[in-house]
Amino acid sequence: MTAAVTRRLADWAPAVVVFLLGIALWEGYTRGADVEQFLLPPLSEILQTLWEDRETFVSAGWFTFKEALGGFVIGCSAAILVALVLARWRGLGRAVMPYAIAANAIPIIAFAPITNNWFGLLNPLSKMVIAAVLCFFPVLVNTLRGLTSVRPSSIELMRSYACGEVEIFRRVRIPTALPFIFSALKIATVLAMIGAIVGDYFGGSQEALGILIRRSAGIFAFQEAWAAIVVASVLGILFYGSVALAERLAMRWQPSARVE
Amino acid sequence: MSAQTVVSLGGVSKEFGKGGVVALQDVDLEIGPGEFVSLIGPSGCGKSTLLRIVGDLIQPSTGNVVVNGKSAHQARVDRDYGIVFQDAVLFDWRTVARNIGLPLELAGWNREKRRGRVQEMLELVELTGFESHHPWQLSGGMQQRVSIARALSFDPPLLLMDEPFGALDEMTRERLNLELLRIWQASGSTVVFVTHSISEAVFLSTRVVVMSPRPGRITGIVDVDLPQPRSFRTREEPRFAELVRDVRRALRRGGGFEAEEDDHEEERLIVAEEGL
Repeated sequence: MTAAVTRRLADWAPAVVVFLLGIALWEGYTRGADVEQFLLPPLSEILQTLWEDRETFVSAGWFTFKEALGGFVIGCSAAILVALVLARWRGLGRAVMPYAIAANAIPIIAFAPITNNWFGLLNPLSKMVIAAVLCFFPVLVNTLRGLTSVRPSSIELMRSYACGEVEIFRRVRIPTALPFIFSALKIATVLAMIGAIVGDYFGGSQEALGILIRRSAGIFAFQEAWAAIVVASVLGILFYGSVALAERLAMRWQPSARVE
Repeated sequence: MSAQTVVSLGGVSKEFGKGGVVALQDVDLEIGPGEFVSLIGPSGCGKSTLLRIVGDLIQPSTGNVVVNGKSAHQARVDRDYGIVFQDAVLFDWRTVARNIGLPLELAGWNREKRRGRVQEMLELVELTGFESHHPWQLSGGMQQRVSIARALSFDPPLLLMDEPFGALDEMTRERLNLELLRIWQASGSTVVFVTHSISEAVFLSTRVVVMSPRPGRITGIVDVDLPQPRSFRTREEPRFAELVRDVRRALRRGGGFEAEEDDHEEERLIVAEEGL
Protein backbone atom coordinates (compact mmCIF):
# COMPACT_ATOMS: atom_id res chain seq x y z
CA MET A 1 0.00 0.00 0.00
CA THR A 2 2.75 2.43 0.93
CA ALA A 3 4.46 1.70 -2.36
CA ALA A 4 1.25 2.60 -4.20
CA VAL A 5 0.91 5.83 -2.23
CA THR A 6 4.51 6.78 -2.98
CA ARG A 7 3.96 6.09 -6.66
CA ARG A 8 0.80 8.19 -6.68
CA LEU A 9 2.68 11.07 -5.06
CA ALA A 10 5.43 10.70 -7.62
CA ASP A 11 2.81 10.81 -10.41
CA TRP A 12 1.33 14.02 -9.06
CA ALA A 13 4.56 15.75 -8.08
CA PRO A 14 5.29 17.41 -11.47
CA ALA A 15 1.78 18.92 -11.62
CA VAL A 16 2.05 20.22 -8.05
CA VAL A 17 5.44 21.77 -8.79
CA VAL A 18 4.06 23.55 -11.87
CA PHE A 19 1.11 24.82 -9.81
CA LEU A 20 3.33 26.24 -7.08
CA LEU A 21 5.72 27.73 -9.64
CA GLY A 22 2.81 29.41 -11.42
CA ILE A 23 1.58 31.01 -8.20
CA ALA A 24 5.08 32.13 -7.23
CA LEU A 25 5.62 33.60 -10.69
CA TRP A 26 2.30 35.49 -10.55
CA GLU A 27 2.94 36.85 -7.08
CA GLY A 28 6.61 37.63 -7.69
CA TYR A 29 6.08 39.26 -11.09
CA THR A 30 3.12 41.48 -10.09
CA ARG A 31 4.98 42.70 -7.00
CA GLY A 32 8.53 42.75 -8.38
CA ALA A 33 7.69 44.45 -11.71
CA ASP A 34 5.09 46.67 -10.05
CA VAL A 35 2.34 45.68 -12.47
CA GLU A 36 -0.63 48.07 -12.54
CA GLN A 37 -3.68 46.90 -10.56
CA PHE A 38 -5.98 47.09 -13.58
CA LEU A 39 -3.73 44.76 -15.54
CA LEU A 40 -3.19 42.07 -12.94
CA PRO A 41 -3.36 42.39 -9.15
CA PRO A 42 -1.13 40.11 -7.02
CA LEU A 43 -2.81 36.81 -6.17
CA SER A 44 -2.48 37.40 -2.43
CA GLU A 45 -4.51 40.62 -2.67
CA ILE A 46 -7.19 38.93 -4.76
CA LEU A 47 -7.49 36.16 -2.20
CA GLN A 48 -7.61 38.71 0.62
CA THR A 49 -10.47 40.58 -1.05
CA LEU A 50 -12.19 37.27 -1.62
CA TRP A 51 -11.87 36.36 2.05
CA GLU A 52 -12.99 39.74 3.39
CA ASP A 53 -16.13 39.83 1.28
CA ARG A 54 -16.67 36.07 1.16
CA GLU A 55 -20.42 36.19 1.79
CA THR A 56 -21.09 38.31 -1.28
CA PHE A 57 -18.86 36.19 -3.48
CA VAL A 58 -20.18 32.88 -2.28
CA SER A 59 -23.83 33.90 -2.68
CA ALA A 60 -23.15 35.39 -6.14
CA GLY A 61 -21.27 32.23 -7.11
CA TRP A 62 -24.11 30.04 -5.87
CA PHE A 63 -26.67 32.16 -7.73
CA THR A 64 -24.86 31.80 -11.04
CA PHE A 65 -23.98 28.16 -10.42
CA LYS A 66 -27.69 27.40 -10.05
CA GLU A 67 -28.28 29.02 -13.47
CA ALA A 68 -25.48 26.92 -14.96
CA LEU A 69 -26.66 23.72 -13.29
CA GLY A 70 -30.25 24.29 -14.37
CA GLY A 71 -29.14 24.84 -17.96
CA PHE A 72 -26.84 21.80 -17.79
CA VAL A 73 -29.60 19.52 -16.56
CA ILE A 74 -32.18 20.78 -19.07
CA GLY A 75 -29.78 20.81 -22.04
CA CYS A 76 -28.10 17.47 -21.36
CA SER A 77 -31.25 15.53 -20.58
CA ALA A 78 -32.98 16.90 -23.66
CA ALA A 79 -29.92 16.03 -25.78
CA ILE A 80 -29.74 12.46 -24.43
CA LEU A 81 -33.48 11.92 -24.99
CA VAL A 82 -33.28 13.25 -28.56
CA ALA A 83 -30.19 11.10 -29.22
CA LEU A 84 -32.08 8.00 -28.03
CA VAL A 85 -34.94 8.78 -30.40
CA LEU A 86 -32.61 9.46 -33.34
CA ALA A 87 -30.64 6.27 -32.65
CA ARG A 88 -33.83 4.22 -32.54
CA TRP A 89 -35.24 5.68 -35.78
CA ARG A 90 -32.14 6.03 -37.89
CA GLY A 91 -33.94 7.51 -40.90
CA LEU A 92 -35.03 10.41 -38.74
CA GLY A 93 -31.47 10.69 -37.46
CA ARG A 94 -30.08 10.91 -40.98
CA ALA A 95 -32.59 13.67 -41.78
CA VAL A 96 -31.86 15.75 -38.68
CA MET A 97 -28.18 15.20 -37.92
CA PRO A 98 -26.65 17.47 -40.58
CA TYR A 99 -28.52 20.37 -39.01
CA ALA A 100 -27.48 19.39 -35.48
CA ILE A 101 -23.86 19.26 -36.59
CA ALA A 102 -24.19 22.62 -38.34
CA ALA A 103 -25.87 24.08 -35.26
CA ASN A 104 -22.91 22.86 -33.24
CA ALA A 105 -20.79 25.38 -35.15
CA ILE A 106 -23.04 28.35 -34.39
CA PRO A 107 -21.72 30.70 -31.67
CA ILE A 108 -24.83 30.23 -29.56
CA ILE A 109 -23.62 32.67 -26.96
CA ALA A 110 -24.51 35.39 -29.48
CA PHE A 111 -28.16 34.69 -28.70
CA ALA A 112 -27.77 35.70 -25.05
CA PRO A 113 -29.26 39.22 -25.49
CA ILE A 114 -32.19 37.64 -27.32
CA THR A 115 -32.99 35.09 -24.60
CA ASN A 116 -32.79 37.95 -22.11
CA ASN A 117 -35.61 39.53 -24.10
CA TRP A 118 -37.56 36.30 -24.37
CA PHE A 119 -37.56 35.31 -20.73
CA GLY A 120 -36.84 38.60 -18.98
CA LEU A 121 -33.56 40.02 -17.80
CA LEU A 122 -34.05 39.04 -14.17
CA ASN A 123 -35.52 35.61 -14.82
CA PRO A 124 -32.81 32.95 -14.21
CA LEU A 125 -34.48 30.99 -17.01
CA SER A 126 -33.01 33.41 -19.58
CA LYS A 127 -29.51 32.26 -18.53
CA MET A 128 -30.49 28.63 -18.15
CA VAL A 129 -31.77 28.56 -21.72
CA ILE A 130 -28.47 29.85 -23.10
CA ALA A 131 -26.54 27.34 -20.97
CA ALA A 132 -28.94 24.57 -22.01
CA VAL A 133 -28.62 25.30 -25.74
CA LEU A 134 -24.83 25.47 -25.40
CA CYS A 135 -24.83 22.02 -23.73
CA PHE A 136 -27.39 20.50 -26.06
CA PHE A 137 -25.52 20.06 -29.34
CA PRO A 138 -22.22 18.53 -28.24
CA VAL A 139 -24.07 16.12 -25.94
CA LEU A 140 -26.51 15.19 -28.72
CA VAL A 141 -23.80 14.58 -31.31
CA ASN A 142 -21.58 12.58 -28.95
CA THR A 143 -24.39 10.51 -27.46
CA LEU A 144 -25.72 9.62 -30.88
CA ARG A 145 -22.25 8.63 -32.01
CA GLY A 146 -21.90 6.43 -28.94
CA LEU A 147 -25.29 4.80 -29.34
CA THR A 148 -24.59 3.94 -32.97
CA SER A 149 -20.96 2.83 -32.59
CA VAL A 150 -22.02 -0.63 -31.43
CA ARG A 151 -20.39 -3.50 -33.34
CA PRO A 152 -22.94 -5.20 -35.64
CA SER A 153 -22.18 -8.61 -34.13
CA SER A 154 -23.25 -7.33 -30.67
CA ILE A 155 -26.68 -6.58 -32.08
CA GLU A 156 -26.81 -9.94 -33.88
CA LEU A 157 -25.95 -11.65 -30.59
CA MET A 158 -28.80 -9.90 -28.78
CA ARG A 159 -31.21 -10.73 -31.61
CA SER A 160 -30.16 -14.37 -31.39
CA TYR A 161 -31.51 -14.23 -27.82
CA ALA A 162 -34.78 -12.86 -29.24
CA CYS A 163 -34.19 -9.45 -27.59
CA GLY A 164 -36.25 -6.46 -28.68
CA GLU A 165 -35.00 -2.91 -29.25
CA VAL A 166 -35.60 -1.83 -25.64
CA GLU A 167 -33.45 -4.66 -24.33
CA ILE A 168 -30.74 -3.92 -26.93
CA PHE A 169 -30.66 -0.27 -25.89
CA ARG A 170 -30.60 -1.09 -22.21
CA ARG A 171 -27.95 -3.78 -22.32
CA VAL A 172 -25.76 -2.85 -25.28
CA ARG A 173 -26.25 0.57 -26.82
CA ILE A 174 -26.41 2.66 -23.65
CA PRO A 175 -23.44 0.99 -21.89
CA THR A 176 -21.45 1.35 -25.13
CA ALA A 177 -22.37 5.03 -25.32
CA LEU A 178 -21.46 5.83 -21.69
CA PRO A 179 -17.85 6.89 -22.33
CA PHE A 180 -19.05 9.15 -25.19
CA ILE A 181 -21.82 10.61 -23.02
CA PHE A 182 -19.52 11.35 -20.11
CA SER A 183 -16.89 13.07 -22.21
CA ALA A 184 -19.66 15.26 -23.65
CA LEU A 185 -21.05 15.96 -20.16
CA LYS A 186 -17.63 17.12 -19.02
CA ILE A 187 -17.44 19.56 -21.93
CA ALA A 188 -21.01 20.62 -21.11
CA THR A 189 -20.11 21.63 -17.52
CA VAL A 190 -17.67 24.17 -18.92
CA LEU A 191 -20.14 25.39 -21.53
CA ALA A 192 -22.89 25.73 -18.92
CA MET A 193 -20.70 27.93 -16.73
CA ILE A 194 -19.72 30.06 -19.73
CA GLY A 195 -23.37 30.36 -20.76
CA ALA A 196 -24.52 31.46 -17.31
CA ILE A 197 -21.74 34.00 -16.73
CA VAL A 198 -21.78 35.52 -20.22
CA GLY A 199 -25.59 35.55 -20.01
CA ASP A 200 -25.18 37.65 -16.86
CA TYR A 201 -22.87 40.04 -18.72
CA PHE A 202 -25.77 41.06 -20.93
CA GLY A 203 -27.76 42.03 -17.86
CA GLY A 204 -29.35 40.19 -14.99
CA SER A 205 -29.90 40.05 -11.27
CA GLN A 206 -27.62 42.11 -9.04
CA GLU A 207 -26.88 38.88 -7.16
CA ALA A 208 -25.30 37.19 -10.18
CA LEU A 209 -21.59 36.52 -10.47
CA GLY A 210 -21.36 37.80 -14.04
CA ILE A 211 -22.95 41.09 -13.01
CA LEU A 212 -20.53 41.33 -10.09
CA ILE A 213 -17.55 40.87 -12.43
CA ARG A 214 -18.83 43.44 -14.92
CA ARG A 215 -19.77 45.98 -12.28
CA SER A 216 -16.47 45.68 -10.39
CA ALA A 217 -14.43 46.01 -13.57
CA GLY A 218 -16.57 48.99 -14.57
CA ILE A 219 -15.70 50.89 -11.40
CA PHE A 220 -12.02 49.88 -11.46
CA ALA A 221 -12.43 47.52 -8.50
CA PHE A 222 -10.18 44.99 -10.18
CA GLN A 223 -9.46 42.98 -7.07
CA GLU A 224 -13.21 42.34 -6.69
CA ALA A 225 -13.50 41.42 -10.38
CA TRP A 226 -10.58 39.00 -10.08
CA ALA A 227 -11.95 37.54 -6.86
CA ALA A 228 -15.23 36.83 -8.66
CA ILE A 229 -13.30 35.23 -11.52
CA VAL A 230 -11.51 33.00 -9.01
CA VAL A 231 -14.92 31.96 -7.62
CA ALA A 232 -16.16 31.20 -11.14
CA SER A 233 -13.04 29.14 -11.87
CA VAL A 234 -13.28 27.14 -8.65
CA LEU A 235 -16.97 26.45 -9.28
CA GLY A 236 -16.21 25.40 -12.87
CA ILE A 237 -13.47 23.04 -11.72
CA LEU A 238 -15.68 21.53 -8.99
CA PHE A 239 -18.52 21.09 -11.49
CA TYR A 240 -16.23 19.37 -13.98
CA GLY A 241 -14.64 17.30 -11.22
CA SER A 242 -17.96 16.02 -9.91
CA VAL A 243 -18.98 14.84 -13.38
CA ALA A 244 -15.56 13.20 -13.79
CA LEU A 245 -16.09 11.48 -10.44
CA ALA A 246 -19.55 10.29 -11.51
CA GLU A 247 -17.91 8.93 -14.67
CA ARG A 248 -15.40 6.93 -12.65
CA LEU A 249 -18.13 5.53 -10.43
CA ALA A 250 -20.36 4.65 -13.38
CA MET A 251 -17.58 2.98 -15.37
CA ARG A 252 -15.49 1.20 -12.79
CA TRP A 253 -15.13 -1.65 -15.27
CA GLN A 254 -12.98 0.47 -17.58
CA PRO A 255 -9.28 -0.35 -17.83
CA SER A 256 -8.38 3.30 -17.19
CA ALA A 257 -10.49 3.40 -14.01
CA ARG A 258 -9.08 0.30 -12.40
CA VAL A 259 -7.74 0.51 -8.86
CA GLU A 260 -4.24 -0.87 -8.46
CA MET B 1 -37.85 -33.90 -43.27
CA SER B 2 -37.47 -36.59 -40.65
CA ALA B 3 -38.10 -35.98 -36.96
CA GLN B 4 -34.42 -36.66 -36.47
CA THR B 5 -33.32 -33.48 -38.23
CA VAL B 6 -31.99 -30.45 -36.34
CA VAL B 7 -31.57 -28.23 -39.39
CA SER B 8 -33.43 -28.75 -42.62
CA LEU B 9 -33.00 -26.40 -45.58
CA GLY B 10 -35.08 -26.85 -48.74
CA GLY B 11 -34.47 -24.77 -51.87
CA VAL B 12 -33.10 -21.84 -49.91
CA SER B 13 -32.10 -18.80 -52.00
CA LYS B 14 -31.08 -15.35 -50.96
CA GLU B 15 -30.84 -12.27 -53.08
CA PHE B 16 -29.60 -9.08 -51.43
CA GLY B 17 -31.62 -6.14 -52.66
CA LYS B 18 -33.88 -6.28 -55.72
CA GLY B 19 -31.98 -7.79 -58.64
CA GLY B 20 -28.84 -7.54 -56.53
CA VAL B 21 -26.21 -10.02 -55.50
CA VAL B 22 -27.39 -13.64 -55.41
CA ALA B 23 -25.74 -14.80 -52.21
CA LEU B 24 -27.34 -18.25 -52.17
CA GLN B 25 -29.10 -20.32 -54.80
CA ASP B 26 -31.17 -23.41 -54.20
CA VAL B 27 -29.48 -24.75 -51.09
CA ASP B 28 -30.71 -28.09 -49.74
CA LEU B 29 -29.15 -29.45 -46.58
CA GLU B 30 -30.19 -31.69 -43.70
CA ILE B 31 -28.23 -31.82 -40.47
CA GLY B 32 -28.96 -34.52 -37.92
CA PRO B 33 -28.60 -34.38 -34.15
CA GLY B 34 -25.07 -34.61 -32.81
CA GLU B 35 -23.50 -33.83 -36.18
CA PHE B 36 -20.61 -31.44 -36.56
CA VAL B 37 -21.04 -29.85 -39.98
CA SER B 38 -18.60 -27.34 -41.46
CA LEU B 39 -19.52 -24.94 -44.23
CA ILE B 40 -16.42 -24.13 -46.25
CA GLY B 41 -15.85 -22.01 -49.32
CA PRO B 42 -14.12 -18.88 -50.54
CA SER B 43 -15.26 -15.41 -49.50
CA GLY B 44 -18.59 -14.55 -51.06
CA CYS B 45 -19.94 -18.11 -51.26
CA GLY B 46 -22.69 -17.20 -48.83
CA LYS B 47 -21.65 -19.43 -45.94
CA SER B 48 -22.08 -16.66 -43.34
CA THR B 49 -25.40 -15.73 -44.91
CA LEU B 50 -26.53 -19.36 -44.73
CA LEU B 51 -25.59 -19.53 -41.04
CA ARG B 52 -27.64 -16.38 -40.36
CA ILE B 53 -30.61 -17.77 -42.25
CA VAL B 54 -30.53 -20.83 -39.97
CA GLY B 55 -30.36 -18.42 -37.01
CA ASP B 56 -33.28 -16.31 -38.31
CA LEU B 57 -31.05 -13.22 -38.36
CA ILE B 58 -31.58 -12.94 -42.12
CA GLN B 59 -34.72 -13.96 -44.04
CA PRO B 60 -34.27 -16.16 -47.12
CA SER B 61 -35.76 -14.86 -50.38
CA THR B 62 -37.24 -18.28 -51.10
CA GLY B 63 -37.15 -21.75 -49.61
CA ASN B 64 -37.92 -23.56 -46.39
CA VAL B 65 -35.97 -23.44 -43.16
CA VAL B 66 -36.82 -25.81 -40.31
CA VAL B 67 -34.79 -25.68 -37.13
CA ASN B 68 -35.39 -28.16 -34.32
CA GLY B 69 -38.72 -29.14 -35.87
CA LYS B 70 -40.11 -25.59 -36.09
CA SER B 71 -39.74 -22.43 -38.13
CA ALA B 72 -36.40 -20.65 -37.83
CA HIS B 73 -38.22 -17.73 -36.23
CA GLN B 74 -39.86 -19.88 -33.58
CA ALA B 75 -36.52 -21.59 -32.92
CA ARG B 76 -34.88 -18.22 -32.31
CA VAL B 77 -37.69 -17.08 -30.02
CA ASP B 78 -37.40 -20.37 -28.11
CA ARG B 79 -33.62 -19.85 -27.86
CA ASP B 80 -32.86 -23.15 -29.56
CA TYR B 81 -29.38 -22.13 -30.66
CA GLY B 82 -26.29 -20.45 -29.32
CA ILE B 83 -24.09 -18.41 -31.64
CA VAL B 84 -20.35 -17.61 -31.67
CA PHE B 85 -18.84 -14.98 -33.98
CA GLN B 86 -15.32 -14.34 -35.21
CA ASP B 87 -14.89 -11.63 -32.61
CA ALA B 88 -15.88 -12.83 -29.17
CA VAL B 89 -18.51 -10.05 -28.69
CA LEU B 90 -17.97 -9.87 -24.96
CA PHE B 91 -19.25 -6.81 -23.14
CA ASP B 92 -16.43 -4.95 -21.42
CA TRP B 93 -18.69 -3.67 -18.66
CA ARG B 94 -19.53 -7.20 -17.60
CA THR B 95 -17.22 -9.64 -15.83
CA VAL B 96 -16.51 -13.01 -17.41
CA ALA B 97 -19.17 -14.60 -15.19
CA ARG B 98 -21.79 -11.99 -16.10
CA ASN B 99 -20.95 -12.30 -19.80
CA ILE B 100 -21.51 -16.05 -19.64
CA GLY B 101 -24.69 -15.52 -17.61
CA LEU B 102 -26.18 -12.93 -20.00
CA PRO B 103 -28.49 -15.33 -21.87
CA LEU B 104 -29.56 -16.85 -18.55
CA GLU B 105 -30.34 -13.37 -17.23
CA LEU B 106 -32.42 -12.67 -20.33
CA ALA B 107 -34.23 -15.97 -19.85
CA GLY B 108 -35.11 -14.91 -16.32
CA TRP B 109 -33.00 -17.35 -14.29
CA ASN B 110 -32.50 -16.26 -10.69
CA ARG B 111 -29.08 -15.34 -9.31
CA GLU B 112 -28.48 -18.62 -7.50
CA LYS B 113 -29.30 -20.77 -10.49
CA ARG B 114 -27.21 -18.55 -12.73
CA ARG B 115 -24.17 -18.73 -10.47
CA GLY B 116 -24.24 -22.53 -10.41
CA ARG B 117 -24.59 -22.76 -14.17
CA VAL B 118 -21.85 -20.24 -14.85
CA GLN B 119 -19.47 -22.24 -12.64
CA GLU B 120 -20.22 -25.38 -14.64
CA MET B 121 -19.57 -23.52 -17.88
CA LEU B 122 -16.30 -22.08 -16.57
CA GLU B 123 -15.20 -25.62 -15.76
CA LEU B 124 -16.25 -26.82 -19.20
CA VAL B 125 -14.06 -24.23 -20.97
CA GLU B 126 -11.34 -24.49 -18.31
CA LEU B 127 -11.55 -20.91 -17.10
CA THR B 128 -12.37 -21.53 -13.43
CA GLY B 129 -10.91 -18.70 -11.38
CA PHE B 130 -11.43 -16.08 -14.09
CA GLU B 131 -15.08 -15.34 -13.26
CA SER B 132 -14.47 -11.83 -11.94
CA HIS B 133 -12.01 -10.82 -14.65
CA HIS B 134 -13.07 -8.39 -17.33
CA PRO B 135 -12.80 -9.35 -21.02
CA TRP B 136 -9.89 -6.98 -21.71
CA GLN B 137 -7.84 -8.88 -19.14
CA LEU B 138 -8.03 -12.10 -21.20
CA SER B 139 -6.12 -13.29 -24.27
CA GLY B 140 -7.95 -13.68 -27.59
CA GLY B 141 -8.19 -17.45 -27.15
CA MET B 142 -9.60 -17.13 -23.64
CA GLN B 143 -12.14 -14.55 -24.83
CA GLN B 144 -13.34 -16.95 -27.48
CA ARG B 145 -13.71 -19.69 -24.85
CA VAL B 146 -15.88 -17.33 -22.78
CA SER B 147 -17.95 -16.71 -25.89
CA ILE B 148 -18.40 -20.47 -26.39
CA ALA B 149 -19.34 -20.91 -22.73
CA ARG B 150 -21.96 -18.18 -23.12
CA ALA B 151 -23.38 -19.81 -26.25
CA LEU B 152 -23.71 -23.15 -24.48
CA SER B 153 -24.81 -21.81 -21.06
CA PHE B 154 -28.51 -22.32 -21.71
CA ASP B 155 -27.90 -25.77 -23.20
CA PRO B 156 -29.19 -25.11 -26.72
CA PRO B 157 -29.55 -28.12 -29.00
CA LEU B 158 -27.76 -26.24 -31.78
CA LEU B 159 -24.51 -24.27 -31.83
CA LEU B 160 -23.84 -21.89 -34.76
CA MET B 161 -20.24 -20.75 -35.20
CA ASP B 162 -19.09 -18.13 -37.73
CA GLU B 163 -15.30 -18.48 -38.18
CA PRO B 164 -14.83 -18.46 -34.42
CA PHE B 165 -11.08 -19.05 -34.56
CA GLY B 166 -10.37 -17.00 -37.69
CA ALA B 167 -8.63 -14.22 -35.80
CA LEU B 168 -6.39 -16.45 -33.68
CA ASP B 169 -2.85 -17.63 -34.32
CA GLU B 170 -2.34 -21.18 -35.63
CA MET B 171 -1.19 -22.71 -32.33
CA THR B 172 -4.06 -21.26 -30.31
CA ARG B 173 -6.39 -22.31 -33.08
CA GLU B 174 -5.32 -25.96 -33.01
CA ARG B 175 -5.58 -26.08 -29.24
CA LEU B 176 -9.07 -24.56 -29.32
CA ASN B 177 -10.07 -26.99 -32.08
CA LEU B 178 -9.32 -29.87 -29.72
CA GLU B 179 -11.09 -28.14 -26.89
CA LEU B 180 -14.14 -27.50 -29.04
CA LEU B 181 -14.34 -31.20 -29.95
CA ARG B 182 -14.19 -32.14 -26.28
CA ILE B 183 -16.95 -29.60 -25.47
CA TRP B 184 -19.04 -30.78 -28.39
CA GLN B 185 -18.85 -34.38 -27.20
CA ALA B 186 -19.57 -33.39 -23.60
CA SER B 187 -22.57 -31.23 -24.49
CA GLY B 188 -24.02 -33.45 -27.20
CA SER B 189 -25.21 -30.48 -29.24
CA THR B 190 -25.24 -30.18 -33.00
CA VAL B 191 -22.70 -27.77 -34.47
CA VAL B 192 -22.78 -25.77 -37.72
CA PHE B 193 -19.32 -24.31 -38.22
CA VAL B 194 -18.33 -21.75 -40.86
CA THR B 195 -14.65 -21.64 -41.77
CA HIS B 196 -12.33 -21.07 -44.67
CA SER B 197 -9.60 -23.31 -43.34
CA ILE B 198 -9.66 -26.68 -45.09
CA SER B 199 -7.67 -28.51 -42.41
CA GLU B 200 -9.78 -27.04 -39.62
CA ALA B 201 -12.96 -28.17 -41.37
CA VAL B 202 -11.66 -31.73 -41.86
CA PHE B 203 -10.23 -31.98 -38.36
CA LEU B 204 -13.43 -30.90 -36.59
CA SER B 205 -16.27 -32.17 -38.69
CA THR B 206 -18.31 -35.25 -39.24
CA ARG B 207 -19.29 -33.71 -42.59
CA VAL B 208 -17.80 -30.91 -44.66
CA VAL B 209 -20.17 -28.97 -46.92
CA VAL B 210 -18.25 -27.36 -49.77
CA MET B 211 -19.70 -24.15 -51.23
CA SER B 212 -18.88 -22.01 -54.28
CA PRO B 213 -19.50 -18.39 -55.05
CA ARG B 214 -21.48 -16.57 -57.72
CA PRO B 215 -24.08 -17.65 -57.01
CA GLY B 216 -23.46 -19.23 -53.61
CA ARG B 217 -24.39 -22.91 -53.70
CA ILE B 218 -23.40 -26.31 -52.36
CA THR B 219 -21.06 -28.07 -54.78
CA GLY B 220 -19.97 -31.05 -52.73
CA ILE B 221 -20.24 -32.83 -49.42
CA VAL B 222 -17.32 -34.77 -47.92
CA ASP B 223 -18.07 -37.28 -45.16
CA VAL B 224 -15.26 -37.30 -42.64
CA ASP B 225 -14.74 -40.82 -41.33
CA LEU B 226 -11.81 -40.03 -39.03
CA PRO B 227 -12.27 -41.85 -35.70
CA GLN B 228 -13.35 -40.01 -32.55
CA PRO B 229 -11.94 -38.76 -30.28
CA ARG B 230 -9.50 -36.85 -32.41
CA SER B 231 -6.14 -35.66 -31.16
CA PHE B 232 -3.04 -33.76 -32.25
CA ARG B 233 -2.04 -36.99 -34.03
CA THR B 234 -5.16 -36.96 -36.21
CA ARG B 235 -3.65 -34.30 -38.47
CA GLU B 236 -0.66 -36.55 -39.11
CA GLU B 237 -2.69 -39.56 -40.29
CA PRO B 238 -2.72 -40.46 -44.01
CA ARG B 239 -6.53 -40.53 -44.00
CA PHE B 240 -6.55 -36.89 -42.85
CA ALA B 241 -4.39 -35.91 -45.83
CA GLU B 242 -6.72 -37.78 -48.19
CA LEU B 243 -9.78 -36.00 -46.83
CA VAL B 244 -8.06 -32.61 -47.10
CA ARG B 245 -7.32 -33.49 -50.72
CA ASP B 246 -10.98 -34.43 -51.32
CA VAL B 247 -12.18 -31.10 -49.93
CA ARG B 248 -9.61 -29.21 -52.02
CA ARG B 249 -10.81 -31.01 -55.14
CA ALA B 250 -14.42 -30.23 -54.36
CA LEU B 251 -13.48 -26.58 -53.86
CA ARG B 252 -11.58 -26.53 -57.13
CA ARG B 253 -14.47 -28.13 -59.02
CA GLY B 254 -16.70 -25.34 -57.74
CA GLY B 255 -14.25 -22.73 -58.93
CA GLY B 256 -13.31 -21.87 -55.37
CA PHE B 257 -9.69 -21.23 -56.23
CA GLU B 258 -10.43 -18.96 -59.14
CA ALA B 259 -12.81 -16.58 -57.50
CA GLU B 260 -11.26 -13.38 -56.35
CA GLU B 261 -14.10 -12.06 -54.31
CA ASP B 262 -14.10 -8.92 -52.27
CA ASP B 263 -13.39 -10.23 -48.77
CA HIS B 264 -15.83 -7.95 -47.06
CA GLU B 265 -18.63 -7.80 -49.57
CA GLU B 266 -20.77 -10.45 -47.87
CA GLU B 267 -20.17 -8.82 -44.50
CA ARG B 268 -21.31 -5.46 -45.87
CA LEU B 269 -24.40 -6.99 -47.46
CA ILE B 270 -25.33 -8.71 -44.19
CA VAL B 271 -24.93 -5.51 -42.18
CA ALA B 272 -27.07 -3.58 -44.66
CA GLU B 273 -29.72 -6.31 -44.77
CA GLU B 274 -30.06 -6.53 -41.01
CA GLY B 275 -30.02 -2.74 -40.68
CA LEU B 276 -27.15 -2.90 -38.21
